[in-house]
Amino acid sequence: MQPIESFEVPAPSKVNYINAQYGLKSWLLTKDHKRIALLYLASITFFFFIGGIYALMIRLELLTPQGDFLQSTTYNKVFTQHGIIMVFFFLIPSIPATLGNFLIPMMIGAKDLAFPRINLLSWYVYLVGGLITIYALLAGGVDTGWTFYTPFSTTFSNSYVVATGLGIFINGFSSILTGLNFIVTIHTMRAPGMTWFRMPLFLWSHYATSLIMILGTPVIAITILLLAFERVAGVGIFDPELGGDPILFQHLFWFYSHPAVYIMVLPGMGVISELVANFSRKNIFGYSFVAFSSIAIAVFGFLVWGHHMFVTPQSVYAGMIFSFLSFAVAIPSAIKVFNWTATLYKSSISYDTPMLYALGFIGLFTIGGMTGLFLASLATDVHLSDTYFVVAHFHYIMVGGTLMAYMGGLHYWWPKITGRMYPEGWGRFSALVIFVGFNLTFLPQFIAGYLGMPRRYHAYPPEFQVFNVLSTAGASILGFGMLIPAIYFVWSMRYGRHAEPNPWHLPGLEWRTQSPPPTENFEVTPIVTWEAYEFAPPEETEVVGRFGPELERT
Amino acid sequence: MQSWIPLIPDSASTFSWKVDALYFYLSGVTVFFTLLISAVLIFFTIRYRRRSPYEIPRPIAGSHKLETLWTVIPFVISMTMFGWGAQLYFEQYKPPPNAIEVYVVGKQWMWKLQHATGQREINELHVPVGRKIKLIMTSEDVIHDVFIPAFRTKADVVPGRYTTLWFEATKPGKYHLFCAEYCGMNHSGMTGSVYVMEAREFDNWLSGNVGNVTPAAAGQQLYQTLGCASCHGANGEGGRGPTLVGLFGRQTPLEGGQSVRADEAYIKESILNPQAKIVAGFQPIMPTFQGQVSEDQIIQLIAFIKSLPGGTASPGASPAAGTPAQSPAASGSPTQNIR
Repeated sequence: MQPIESFEVPAPSKVNYINAQYGLKSWLLTKDHKRIALLYLASITFFFFIGGIYALMIRLELLTPQGDFLQSTTYNKVFTQHGIIMVFFFLIPSIPATLGNFLIPMMIGAKDLAFPRINLLSWYVYLVGGLITIYALLAGGVDTGWTFYTPFSTTFSNSYVVATGLGIFINGFSSILTGLNFIVTIHTMRAPGMTWFRMPLFLWSHYATSLIMILGTPVIAITILLLAFERVAGVGIFDPELGGDPILFQHLFWFYSHPAVYIMVLPGMGVISELVANFSRKNIFGYSFVAFSSIAIAVFGFLVWGHHMFVTPQSVYAGMIFSFLSFAVAIPSAIKVFNWTATLYKSSISYDTPMLYALGFIGLFTIGGMTGLFLASLATDVHLSDTYFVVAHFHYIMVGGTLMAYMGGLHYWWPKITGRMYPEGWGRFSALVIFVGFNLTFLPQFIAGYLGMPRRYHAYPPEFQVFNVLSTAGASILGFGMLIPAIYFVWSMRYGRHAEPNPWHLPGLEWRTQSPPPTENFEVTPIVTWEAYEFAPPEETEVVGRFGPELERT
Repeated sequence: MQSWIPLIPDSASTFSWKVDALYFYLSGVTVFFTLLISAVLIFFTIRYRRRSPYEIPRPIAGSHKLETLWTVIPFVISMTMFGWGAQLYFEQYKPPPNAIEVYVVGKQWMWKLQHATGQREINELHVPVGRKIKLIMTSEDVIHDVFIPAFRTKADVVPGRYTTLWFEATKPGKYHLFCAEYCGMNHSGMTGSVYVMEAREFDNWLSGNVGNVTPAAAGQQLYQTLGCASCHGANGEGGRGPTLVGLFGRQTPLEGGQSVRADEAYIKESILNPQAKIVAGFQPIMPTFQGQVSEDQIIQLIAFIKSLPGGTASPGASPAAGTPAQSPAASGSPTQNIR
């Protein structure tokens, strides 16, 4: 066997992308994808913090059945803004714009993304969109729910709908630019020998995500524009008083916003594929199935938006088709879960923090995905839609899935990004705290939802209190758990142990250069002669059990 | 006061146990697979933990057989869920022909309900046990949603449209009525109660609320005061305007060769926006009544038109069986009788 220590790594040099240049200007005008990733990291952390404060306010209000902590108008704004900030300014850019931005060029052996200036532009666009939204929040906030349903949002709401919409509209272009950049980069910038099927699965999932970004995001832009036309100019599009159709808005909104769920979770799945393979030192079981399931999710994800509308006057036959397709889109996700699990068979599993997050992800994503079936199934969705069951389900996907993957990925690549190690003990401890806090927050909401507690309620009947007390207790633990990494990540940037170029002893390209990498990533363009996750020579490949002997990799 | 925490809500309609059965099936499958995946993960994590920092496991080839297996099995299971859910959904949204009708108007932030016999209620709905009830619903402002957890059913209440919801209560009691579609400031206050009563009690309740004018009679009054009679005839027999007798539920030919089924939505549109669909052979001379009639009054006018002879019922008529609904999606099926 080939000892992984023997991978050749260039002698450490004092110059890297962080200290290559100094001064604010060198950061604000950088074209280096790694620096831009850090700019994104700082900005999405800022937005995550704001969204987290809103979450805390929601949980405090719901501790008691009466609406006593916030007024109803304030509460409505708080849950709306929690959703808007978390979805558009944290979850959607989270993994692609930070880890994706940093790693896509490194994983394919390129010096940068295909369009470095556009990459910087996308961050500024994001910033402008974000600042406009912050302005809207400070000026008075918005109370329409993150879904902006008409005609409430166009005719009845007295809040800053257009300003918030403008922020989201502008922010969408940053998404489109990032997606475009990733697709072109993956197509044209791969190092010699880096074939499509040698790419780490992180790249496949980002490719699929990018497809949704450039195909879906224009639709939300159009929708917001139509909404603004009606609200500002009184053009009748959605409001029946003006001759419009309020259900049309829901079709347009979910045509983007359902695929957007996959924008949020696909990159997370990519991170998990990396963590599972690398922390078990094993090639991913069924590599091509996992790769193509990402593409399948991206394609079929566009055909299921109507499952958000089973209780609207949408035709029951349309409902039936959307239900069928929603079940179909669950299959590629199931395939991923089974393959990740199978990868662990006869592997060598380390208990490092990133792997703990990966294991947590698989369990929580399984629950999140399976509870999605309750909502894809027509008759149960009628009872469950707009209840806390839905809230619990999508938090299992967004927090249990995406956030866990993001945290896992951040720990995994932290030594590469900063050149420092995070404290492992604290890492494991906080991963555990976050896992426990998360489940305590959201498991009770499934039951409250089936019992009939509607979402977006400022006050609720007292019989639901026990579940809300559990949720609030869980949220406090979750919030505390998130503070620990926030502290030690900052601490480690200055005081953490220096990281070696390849602290985890892995074969991936990003580990074959110094930590932190030089501005141009690699001293010489690498030539790839190995498969993804090739820990041992392929001749040693084992065929397990009665299944086989079909070799996927030649 | 119950000392234990319930996991399912009260069961008080013919749907309740059917939805619960599907829910238990889904929960069973979910718990099974979650435990299976977790158990395998935990077992592998312990069994194949890294024992030495230099340990390199042998790579493993993929298996098309296994991939096929874990694609086909979830697909088959999910199709059973799909079929079961779809079949029940059709039942939930296909209103039965012989249901008692109750009109519901949602507005920020209250429910206004009216029985065909004239009784009005606010945020309360009294229904008899063992009878099919059909709600014909619309909204004065934003989208609302009638949600009765104990009946396991809900439906959006949409401005500019009529939607329907039906149920048959099985157990007397008081149950929650929620607005389940976020509708603004006092959304969480837009709640009420459904009182399910024994048939005799319900009759008592009805007779205790005498003196109400039925919606159809109120509609007739409006028909006169709004001047509809000058064109549509004193009793709806027609004149310069098309006849209204027997109109409801009929396929009506339009100028330009198309035709439209005269349901609630069509009648409402013809009152508020008469130029939208012109009946074949008539001039577009009717003025709009936009802004002059409320949602409640439109419902009364519709009830009046439904009650005209040749229609499917008359004002205050005793329950009679109608013809089966055409499509569960059409909110205005031709069989919406007035009782």
